[in-house]
Amino acid sequence: MTRSSIALAVLLAVLALLPLVGGAYALRLGTIACMYAVFALSWNIVGGFLGYPSFATAAFFGFGAYATGVLMTLGVPLPLALVATLITCLLAASVLGAVLLRLRGHYFAIASLSLVEVLREVVNNATDLTGGGMGLNIPLASNSSVLGDALFFFYAMWIVLALTAAMVIAVSASKLGFGLACIRQNETAANMVGLNTTLYKSIAFGLSACFVGVAGGIYAAWVHYIDPSDVFDILYSVKPIVMALIGGLGSPLGVVCGALVYLGLEEVVWRNYIQIHSGLLGLLVVLLLLFLPHGLVSLRTRLFRRKAGHA
Amino acid sequence: MPEILSLAGVSRHFSGLQALRDVSLGIAGGEIVGLIGPNGAGKTTLVNTVCGVTPASAGTVTFAGRDITRLKPYQAARLGLARTFQIVQPFAEFSALDNVATAALFSQPGQSLKAARENAREHLAFVGLDGQADQPASTLTLAMRKRLELAKALAMKPKLLFLDEVNAGLNSAEVEKATALIRQLAAGGITIVMIEHLMKVVLNVCTRIVVLHNGELIADGAPRDVVRNPAVIDAYLGQQYAQRHGAHG
Amino acid sequence: MLAAQVLVNAAVLGCLYACIAIGFSLVWGVLNVINLIHGSLIVLGAYLAWGLYQWIGVLPWYVLVVAAPLFFAIGYLLQRLLLNKVITAPVLVTLTLTFGLDLILNNAMIYFFKADYRKLTLVPSLGSISLGGVVVPVDRVIATAFALVLTGLLYLLLRRSRVGRAVVAVRLDHDAAVLMGVDVKSIYAIAFGLGAALAGCAGVLMALIFPISPLTSSAYLGKAFVVCVLGGLGSVSGALVGGLALALVEGVGAVVVGPSYATTLSFLLLIVFLIVRPQGLLGRKGFE
Ligand SMILES: Nc1ncnc2c1ncn2[C@@H]1O[C@H](COP(=O)(O)OP(=O)(O)OP(=O)(O)O)[C@@H](O)[C@H]1O
Ligand SMILES: [Mg+2]
Repeated sequence: MTRSSIALAVLLAVLALLPLVGGAYALRLGTIACMYAVFALSWNIVGGFLGYPSFATAAFFGFGAYATGVLMTLGVPLPLALVATLITCLLAASVLGAVLLRLRGHYFAIASLSLVEVLREVVNNATDLTGGGMGLNIPLASNSSVLGDALFFFYAMWIVLALTAAMVIAVSASKLGFGLACIRQNETAANMVGLNTTLYKSIAFGLSACFVGVAGGIYAAWVHYIDPSDVFDILYSVKPIVMALIGGLGSPLGVVCGALVYLGLEEVVWRNYIQIHSGLLGLLVVLLLLFLPHGLVSLRTRLFRRKAGHA
Repeated sequence: MPEILSLAGVSRHFSGLQALRDVSLGIAGGEIVGLIGPNGAGKTTLVNTVCGVTPASAGTVTFAGRDITRLKPYQAARLGLARTFQIVQPFAEFSALDNVATAALFSQPGQSLKAARENAREHLAFVGLDGQADQPASTLTLAMRKRLELAKALAMKPKLLFLDEVNAGLNSAEVEKATALIRQLAAGGITIVMIEHLMKVVLNVCTRIVVLHNGELIADGAPRDVVRNPAVIDAYLGQQYAQRHGAHG
Repeated sequence: MLAAQVLVNAAVLGCLYACIAIGFSLVWGVLNVINLIHGSLIVLGAYLAWGLYQWIGVLPWYVLVVAAPLFFAIGYLLQRLLLNKVITAPVLVTLTLTFGLDLILNNAMIYFFKADYRKLTLVPSLGSISLGGVVVPVDRVIATAFALVLTGLLYLLLRRSRVGRAVVAVRLDHDAAVLMGVDVKSIYAIAFGLGAALAGCAGVLMALIFPISPLTSSAYLGKAFVVCVLGGLGSVSGALVGGLALALVEGVGAVVVGPSYATTLSFLLLIVFLIVRPQGLLGRKGFE
């Protein structure tokens, strides 16, 4: 394990101690923090390792939320529903990835963006199963106290995060990770040295989808009610990109820190300026891209360089 | 030696433009074939078609007794077909070592990254880049990048190696070095097809010359015969060769 | 009869789609930037038309005269001040930047105009023409006519004017244009300005026909994208062909599978097209 992987593990361990110090509000925030970190780490596989600009996160999230939600309304217990969601998401996204990742650049970005719209439309139309635009009520997963519930969902989300992080670390140290980096740098050459690029891209897409789907499932069980415009919100696709931009593309530790920083900003903004929430998010994006294109990490190196220059 | 590669009636067009026209060609194991022809003749397209980058529109390609016409590039690569790119294609962020390691890693089943890196070191040393092993490929000079391409191709343990203008843009000392390397490879048992504009190198190294013009095969034979072939002088050598050598010969 | 009506509707809608897409296509072709703020600019144009009609009774087609320079200026400045800073960055960066700008503009519109759907209703109404059972509202006919005029004007501008030729030159061969002494930076800004002006004008025309709300911006953007893919990137004729093709597919699709699957249908069309025929229906480069 590299140093940054160890740092990531420590960070997650510290996060797991949150219930010792915080109440219901802190747990709610912690749950969202874990969810965002899952988004960012998962996005990073396709956006960072593979270098394809994906806007598909919201599609995976919504798909997972509905898959779990529908299964639970059919009487399947939560854990089983989540496992089913994980497997479906992994397989469906792998197949889809083999097709969509034939497109490059702008074309791939827009195709992944439209995936969100398409799934939303399909869910909206499948009224019998999903309740369509009326939304879907999801049975309670547990009937413990408010705090017990908060604790349960926090740890559920934390476990997904831990699994995602373990997966990402394993990928980045493996032949798969090496192959993805090759494809990012030069896809033609990668093909020519014997790398099955279609297979690698398809696996990457599947891996970047499955845990986001599970997070969506937990989210659905947590909030008891979902509707298409809520879970297929395109902002879910943009947020992980912003987090990765904050933390610096490609580094798992960086994107998780990005997720935490982002959540902090969002929390402040949400509470005070709810009406201009998305506008402020936009402003944040613009400022980040113009002034810190390599993330907060670059701020540190820049400061160091300046200091070194003075010395 | 039996034929290792054979093309039968291979054509390839790009929406209207006929880049390869009914090319039939057999290459025996151990040969060093020079593939020459004017710009746009279809030389690179021929390589791309054999390697599966731009599959043939018609005809069949057989490699080591196997029909590879419809294979994907990575499949062809795993069978022992390697090529260098006319426009070098390094993995820019990777070190020279990792560039070569990719080739060892993905072209042979069951390689570990560690083994691939060790393997890569040998090939880097062979092309004389051991000093640059840890440098990112983007920082190498053009001559070094060309040699890196070569090392990458070698790490794939190829049976047949296509060299697409490995000498273009190099100075004469660098050309000498590259030529020596190619000879060494051939001596090591790799069949080589080299696309080359420098006739001096072609005549020096190749055991046979094949000439493409407008996508058609217009000559194929021993170097001595091909350079005297009037069709070849007309189509290609005329411009650069005939004035220099032909006028007296 | 149904067939005739579907065809006429598709023809009318197709021209409007072309008008929506053409500015987007220009920017994409020349700057290699997907301008995600395009949809919101269209909506802003629609609000401009709506506001001016509501307050002082200016008819929308006169608003075009104001909208064109105003939106040109907006686009020109956006490119010069912001986009230009990241123009050489990877796709992800330019894309996300225009997305951020879109979030800002869209949120601002929701803030000031609310998300409700508004309708610009001309009083007195212009009625509709009926020809052999095929009915077309007059306001649609007018909007279509102006859409064609705008498209034609762009075509002329690109063909005939010096600036237009420079824009085309940059589109076709960036490096050669630089060598020929074209100031690429200002051409980028002009192309982006033109794209924005076309978006604003398209919005003004849309106000005649469709309900106005910030929520519609992504639909406009989606249409623009699909039109570009169908027609091939960056040509006036391509946008027309793409617009007509999309309108036709939507029209026929609505009859066959029902209108609620419109997005899915155009997405499938998009994917199939991108994979089978990435150069678009016409498959030509340039703006001729
Ligand atoms: N992918 C492609 N799409 C369209 N046309 C192509 C493609 N590849 C090659 N061509 C065209 O096919 C013809 C042959 O090109 P090719 O690159 O094979 O020539 P070449 O003999 O290698 O020339 P050079 O000596 O310049 O390298 C050229 O006219 C080229 O423009
Ligand atoms: Mg060539």
